[in-house]
Amino acid sequence: MKECDVMAKQTVGYVNALETFGLVDGPGVRFVVFLQGCKMRCKFCHNPETWALTGGEEWTAEKLYDHVKRYKTYWRNHGGITVSGGEPLLQMEFVTEFFAIAKQNGIHTALDTAGQPFTTEPDYLKKFKALMQVTDLVILDLKEWDSARHRTLTGFDNENILKMARWLSDNYKKMWIRHVLVPDLTDSAESLQAMHDFIAGLKTVEKTEILPYHTFGVKKWKNAGLSYPLEGVPVPTAEQIKQAENCLLHGK
Amino acid sequence: MMNMENKQAWNGFEGRIWKKEVNVRDFIQKNYRPYDGDESFLEDATEATNKLWDMVQRYQKAERAKGGILDMETKIVSGLTAYGAGYIIEDAPELEKIVGLQTDLPLKRAFMPFGGIKMAEQACLSNGYTPDPEIHKIFTEYVTTHNQGVFDAYTPEMKKVRHNKIITGLPDTYGRGRIVGDYRRVALYGIDYLIEEKKQDFANCGDGTMTDDVIRLREEIAKQIRALNGMKEMAKIYGYDISQPAMNAREAVQWLYFGYLAAIKTQNGAAMSVGRVSTFLDIYIQRDLDNGVITEKEAQELIDHFVMKCRMVKFARIPSYNELFSGDPVWATLEVAGIGVDGRSMVTKNDFRFLHTLENMGPSPEPNLTVLYSSALPENFKKYAAKISINTSSVQYENDDVMKPVWGDDYSICCCVSATQTGKEMQFFGARANLAKCLLYAINGGVDAKTREQVAPSFGAIKSEILDYHEVIQKYEVMMDWLAGLYVNTLNLIQYMHDKYYYEAAEMALIDTNVRRTFATGIAGFSHVVDSLSAIKYATVKPIRDDAGITVDFSTTGDFPRYGNDDDRADDIALWLLKTFLEKIKKHHTYRNSEPTTSILTITSNVVYGKATSNMPDGRRAGAPLSPGANPSYGAEKNGLLASLNSVAKLPYHWALDGISNTQTIHPDALGHEEQERINNLVQVMDGYFDQGAHHLNVNVFGTDKLIDAMEHPEKEEYANFTIRVSGYAVKFIDLTREQQMDVISRTCHERM
Repeated sequence: MKECDVMAKQTVGYVNALETFGLVDGPGVRFVVFLQGCKMRCKFCHNPETWALTGGEEWTAEKLYDHVKRYKTYWRNHGGITVSGGEPLLQMEFVTEFFAIAKQNGIHTALDTAGQPFTTEPDYLKKFKALMQVTDLVILDLKEWDSARHRTLTGFDNENILKMARWLSDNYKKMWIRHVLVPDLTDSAESLQAMHDFIAGLKTVEKTEILPYHTFGVKKWKNAGLSYPLEGVPVPTAEQIKQAENCLLHGK
Repeated sequence: MMNMENKQAWNGFEGRIWKKEVNVRDFIQKNYRPYDGDESFLEDATEATNKLWDMVQRYQKAERAKGGILDMETKIVSGLTAYGAGYIIEDAPELEKIVGLQTDLPLKRAFMPFGGIKMAEQACLSNGYTPDPEIHKIFTEYVTTHNQGVFDAYTPEMKKVRHNKIITGLPDTYGRGRIVGDYRRVALYGIDYLIEEKKQDFANCGDGTMTDDVIRLREEIAKQIRALNGMKEMAKIYGYDISQPAMNAREAVQWLYFGYLAAIKTQNGAAMSVGRVSTFLDIYIQRDLDNGVITEKEAQELIDHFVMKCRMVKFARIPSYNELFSGDPVWATLEVAGIGVDGRSMVTKNDFRFLHTLENMGPSPEPNLTVLYSSALPENFKKYAAKISINTSSVQYENDDVMKPVWGDDYSICCCVSATQTGKEMQFFGARANLAKCLLYAINGGVDAKTREQVAPSFGAIKSEILDYHEVIQKYEVMMDWLAGLYVNTLNLIQYMHDKYYYEAAEMALIDTNVRRTFATGIAGFSHVVDSLSAIKYATVKPIRDDAGITVDFSTTGDFPRYGNDDDRADDIALWLLKTFLEKIKKHHTYRNSEPTTSILTITSNVVYGKATSNMPDGRRAGAPLSPGANPSYGAEKNGLLASLNSVAKLPYHWALDGISNTQTIHPDALGHEEQERINNLVQVMDGYFDQGAHHLNVNVFGTDKLIDAMEHPEKEEYANFTIRVSGYAVKFIDLTREQQMDVISRTCHERM
C-alpha cells in the first residue's frame, strides 16, 4: 500500500524554463520554475512561449527538488522557490508534490499565479487547499478590475479570480498583489481605485506592486509567429507609474 | 637596529618578533584594530583632493583627445633617478599630501628599453614620437635586452607556436610583471635597515663554492642593494629622507608609495600590483588619530592622494600589446579585507577608506581594487562593498576562504587575480596556452586550419565521418602533452632571460632573499573546449573537411549540455580538462625549481585569441572572441546567473592556484527594486557563491542598454569615467577598442525582471 502511495506521487510536471536567479518574484533570492501552459491570452504577456498546454520539459517533483536544492546556499534566510508560469494552477498536483518536499526541507515556497483556473467547486477546492497547505506566499496578478475589460484583455472574466483573493484572505494565506500597468489599457483611475478598495478589504496582503509594462516579450511573439497586439504601445513614463501607484497603493 | 630613532617611530606599537627580523605580517597581527561598524564615519574629499583630481581628469581628457598618449619620453632611459621631480599642479606642489610621479610630468610615459629596444621605439613611433638614435645605438650595439636574449635562444618550434598563436601573450616583448615588492617594509623599517639585512644575506650567500646558483644570487643581491640606495636618492629628489622608518601616517603612506614608485620607474611589467597595504596603513593612521595628530578628513585625504597616484600609472605600449590588454591597464592591484589566520576580521576603517575613494573621486579602473571576501566578513563591510559595486562596477572579489589555507593571511594579488605571499614569493608570469586551438590540432593532426602550417608533430588526423569521443580524447591528450612540454620550456627560457637582462632589482629588494617562486601557466578557450567535447560526447558532430582533407568546420546535430548551466555532464568535462592540463604541466622541469600552477583567466586577450582560432564543434565561429577566463560561452547560460556561478564554483581552486576568473553582469533592475534590496541581494549571492569554494567574481551592475549608449555616445560626460570589470581587471569602457566593446556587449547580461 505504502509503495503504491509513493508511486502515485510521481506526477509529471511540464516545465517551460528554469531561472536560478529571480530577485523580484518573491522575497529574497528565488529559484523560479516556469511551468508550461496557460489559457489566458493577455495582450501584454511577456512569455507567450509558455501558453501551449502541451510540450515542456518533463520533471518529477523529486527530481526537480534534487536540482533546486543546489541553490540553497544562495537563499540563506531570505529566499526560496517560486513556481510561476504559464499558469501553475493548471498543474496543481505537481506543484503540491514539489512544494511538499520543499516544506519538509524548510524552504520558503511562493506561487505566482493569475488565478484563472480557480473555482469553488468542491473537488477543485480540495486540491487547492492541499496546495495552500504547502504554499507560504501567493503572488496574485490582478490584471484588470472591470470584468468585461478583463475579458477583452485576457480572454476571461475575473469574478473567480477575485473570489480566489477573498478565499485566500479568509484562509489567512499571505499574498502579494501585482498589477501590470499598460498605458491606456490598464491604467484607468477608477479601475485602480476600485482595485485599491478591494485590496484594502483583504486581510493578508503584505505587498501591492505596480509592474510597469515592458517590451522584452515582443520578440517572443514574433518568434512564435504571432502578431503583437500592443504594437506601438509605449512603456509607461515615470509620471504614469507614480500616478498609478498613488491610486492603487494609496487610493489617491 | 634598535636605535633611539626607531623607538620613536615605533612608539605605541606592540610585538617583538617584527623588531628582530623583517616581518611585516607579525607587525600587522600585533597591532591592527578590526572594525565592524558601518561607513558613517567616512569623510568627503577635501578641497585639495578635488582640485588635484580635477586636474588629473583634465590631463586624462587631453590624453584621450590625443589618441591615448599625452606625452612620451624619447631621450632619457627610465630609472630611479632618471627624471626630476614631477607634480600634478606644478605651481602648487603643497596640495599633494603624497608626492612622486613616474616621470617629470603627469601621465608622461617613460622610455623603458630593457624589455626590448624595438618595442620601446615602436611605442614611440606608433604615437608620433621619434626616439633618440643614440639610445638605439646603445641598446642594439652595447646592451642586450630581454627580448634580444629570448629570441637569440628560441628554437624554431617555439617561434612557430608563437607565430601560430597557440601559445600567446608571452612576456618576451615586455616586462613579465607580477612581482609585488613588500612596499610596506620601506615604511616600517626605513631603507637603511633593509640594506643592512640584504648585506647580511649577501655575506651568508653560499659556502664559498661558486656554483651557477650562488653566483647568480650574489649578483642579484648586489643589484638589490644598489636599488635600495637608489630609492633613497629618488626620495631625496622630492625632499624626503627614507633611510629611517616612517614617523607618522603621512610618512608611512609616502614611504610605501616611494617603494612602489621605484618599481614602476624601473619595470613595465604587464601587472604592477601595489599589494595588501590597507590594514597595514590603518595601524599608522589609527595611531595618529588616537594621538589627535590627524583628523578623519586628513586620513581620508592621504588615502585619496595615494590612490590618485595609483590611478596615474602609465606605460608606453605597442599596438599589438594594446590589442591584447585593452584600455591601458597596469594592474595596480590593491587588496582590502580578508580574515586572519586567528579568525579575526582584517577589515579596518582603512578598508572602507580605500573603497570610499571610488565615491570621493568617482569610479576608476585603477588601482584594481580587490575585496578578499569571506561570508564571515563583518556584515557592514560586505554591504558597503556591495553598495560600491552596484554604484561603480569597479570592484572585484576573491575568496579569502580558499586562498588563506594556501597563502596564509598576508598574501597580495600580484596580477589580476593571482595570489602571492607578500614579501616571501615571486611569480614567473607565463601567459596562456590556447587549448581550443589545441583541440583543433588534435583533430587535424597538428595542422593549423588557419595558417595551414604543420605546427605540432604529425600525430595523425582524425579520419572518421563522425567524431568519436574516445578517439578525440585520446588524440587530444597526446596533443596537450606536446603543448604542455613546449609551453613550459618556452617559459623557462623567457624567465631565464628576464632574470638575466631585466631583473626586478627594486621589487626583489623588498622581498626575502630566500624567495619562493611560482610558475604560472594559463588556459585560454576553456568553455569552448568543454562545450565542444560535450557536443562530441552527447550530440553528433560531423567534421567538414576541405579539399586538402583539413577539417575547417563542424556540423553538429542534436542537443548537448553546455558548461554554465550547473549540468554535471558538461561540468565534469570541465573538471577533467583542468586537471589533465595541470598534470601535464607539472611533469616538466620548471625554471629555478619554481612551483607550477595554472589559471583560467584571459583578460581581454580573449578577443585576440579568438581571432586566431577556427570554427569549433560547439558552434563557435572562426574568429569570434573566446569567452573570457572561466566564463561560460556567450549564450550558453540558459538557467540564469546562479546556475552559471555554480558551474564555475565546481572548479577546485587547488587545481588552478593561479586563479579562476569569472566576470558577471547584472542589470540593476534584476537585482532588486531599491538600493537596500539590491545590496542585500548581492551580498547574499556572493555569500552563496564563495561558500561553495569559488575563487573569483567580477561584479558589474548595469544593463546592455547603457553599454550600447556609451559605445555610440562616448562624448557624453557621464561616460568619461564609466568603468566596467572585464576578465581580470577594470577598464574605462570608452577606452576599449570598438571590437572589444562589441564583445562586452554580446556577453550575457542577467536581466530577467
